[in-house]
Amino acid sequence: MTMAQEATGTDRNPALAHPDRGWTVHSTFNSIILLALAAGAPVAMYIGATFWVDIFTRLVILSIAATGLNLILGCGGMVSFGHAAFIGLGAYAAGIPTYHVLYGGFEAIATTSGFVHLAIAVVVCAVFAFLTGAICLRTKGVYFIMITMAFGQMVFFAFVSMETYGGDDGLTIDTRSEFPLISLDKPLVLYAVCFISLLATLYLVHRLTNSRFGMVLQAAKQNEERVRALGVNAYLYRLTAYVISGAICGYAGFLLGNFTTFISPEMMDWTRSGELMFMVILGGAAYLFGPIVGVAVFLVLEQTLSGVMVHWHLPFGILLILTVLFVKGGLSGLFDRWAGKHE
Amino acid sequence: MDYSLFVIQTLNGLQLGVLLFLVAAGLTLTFGIMDLVNLAHGSLYMLGAFFCAVLTISTGSFLIGVALALPLTALAGFVVEFVVIRHLYSKDHLDHVLATFGLILVIDSLAQMAFRPEGYSVPLPEFLRGQVTLFSGIVFPTFRVAIIATGLLLAAALYVLVTHTRLGMLIRAGASNRTMVSALGVNIAALFSGVFVLGATIAGLAGMMIAPITEASYSMGNDIIIVTFVIIIVGGIGSMKGAFVAAILIGLIDTMGRSYLDDIFKLIMSAEYAETAAPAVSAMLVYILMAIVLAVRPQGLFPPKTR
Repeated sequence: MTMAQEATGTDRNPALAHPDRGWTVHSTFNSIILLALAAGAPVAMYIGATFWVDIFTRLVILSIAATGLNLILGCGGMVSFGHAAFIGLGAYAAGIPTYHVLYGGFEAIATTSGFVHLAIAVVVCAVFAFLTGAICLRTKGVYFIMITMAFGQMVFFAFVSMETYGGDDGLTIDTRSEFPLISLDKPLVLYAVCFISLLATLYLVHRLTNSRFGMVLQAAKQNEERVRALGVNAYLYRLTAYVISGAICGYAGFLLGNFTTFISPEMMDWTRSGELMFMVILGGAAYLFGPIVGVAVFLVLEQTLSGVMVHWHLPFGILLILTVLFVKGGLSGLFDRWAGKHE
Repeated sequence: MDYSLFVIQTLNGLQLGVLLFLVAAGLTLTFGIMDLVNLAHGSLYMLGAFFCAVLTISTGSFLIGVALALPLTALAGFVVEFVVIRHLYSKDHLDHVLATFGLILVIDSLAQMAFRPEGYSVPLPEFLRGQVTLFSGIVFPTFRVAIIATGLLLAAALYVLVTHTRLGMLIRAGASNRTMVSALGVNIAALFSGVFVLGATIAGLAGMMIAPITEASYSMGNDIIIVTFVIIIVGGIGSMKGAFVAAILIGLIDTMGRSYLDDIFKLIMSAEYAETAAPAVSAMLVYILMAIVLAVRPQGLFPPKTR
């Protein structure tokens, strides 16, 4: 293990260390995941299991959000407990303009055009991430966790008190965002859009973490003083990463709002942020495909446990505690250790 | 401006502040001494309320309900510490957050399995219902006065505990330099356990006091934990004085904000905008305060002196 490897922890994070290491067990596993996702929904549609098309869509959308969170969590070591706020903002960005088309008022944004919704989602989330991030990133560790949680709740309460958009009862939208040539009303079309978005997000995060930008983030996570001594302003890099992460989650929210057609402040509650974080950690925060694994396991657990007992949060919570206490590096870490023994 | 309404709202704000302090005290102690972030603190607050509600209804007396629920909540706190929290001391903060988040799910589920789904409303004894007349003919509910009195008494007791007893000395020492305290031969495990149980019991008591007003419900724990975090951040993590000042401040700002922001906004904007903006902004007021404090003084108002 070279000094450089030790310094950046790249010996422990193979997925982030050697982008061109060639084909490995890891790459095979990742490819299988992508193939399964690409084929899963069409196959389910073909055999008439529309319920499973919904599950796949939800899986892909949450994976986009979890990958966005992983950019700052796994790569940058910033534990944000308020990321659900971005998802909610993105969802409302799809809902509020449509609401105004139906009920009038606020002419400037009243439109069903998907491009406008998308732009609003990404821009609003980026601005919110910039403003809150500028304050949050002045703190570290647990202060950062609590402050991001508090800002997330702030947005939650703001939307709960907005009676015009339904407040606590939520907002139902009758028409999804409209794009030329494609109709999001068709489940497979929506799924295709989501899947392609996931591929784009994975590529973006992969390029970011393996660039100089990503190296600075990882270095700052390990030893911020050393980074500063090298003359690099870690704060600006972190803020940029935070804004990008917020925008990605906002985009996921935009897709989610269109998918569920029911948008409520519940999407932004801090417990949702906790679930999102659990998905990332369970799957493995240092790995590019970790979040996808985490989301998949989470959804499978949710479906099976809630089918077995009403109070399914009990075994779920116990599992969470056990994972935190005993499983290092999440499921991807477990897989890596297994694969390491068999390679 | 209506003078009596102003006084009443100030007292309401004081009552809320005192209650928030009782919840925040345990959290800031746990954080200051054990460096442990406990998201499940709100769940213990909720358990206190439920224990009290069930015991009050079955024994017919609120005071007996409280007297019996206190040791029960302490026991619950001890079990939580023994089974889960103990294993988290050596881990990092992210692990604390995730594990205690799981703990919330577990405690909430267990509570829902043990108690009925609609929650409980807690009946008050005769002498606590009704109202008292304060100065200038202002009338205020008796029970709320009782809450303020109990809360202030407890705050004073905690102050004496922390500044004038040996245990308090250990607590302050632990908040400043945990390793040194352990190296000096203090039974750290017992100290940690004791602090956790103390915090849990006080939080449970706060739940018992609020239950007759707002009913014992399953969401009360999750609703209060975020505000509690805001308080200890604003006050300075590990500081009792900071928690007290911040709690009173936030209790007052939140209550006054909700009552008067509407009217303040009407002075500078049209009535229509004021009516939609005011509820949203007053809900966010506490967080705006936190953002300002953090921008100006990130370590909080009264951070404990560390080595």
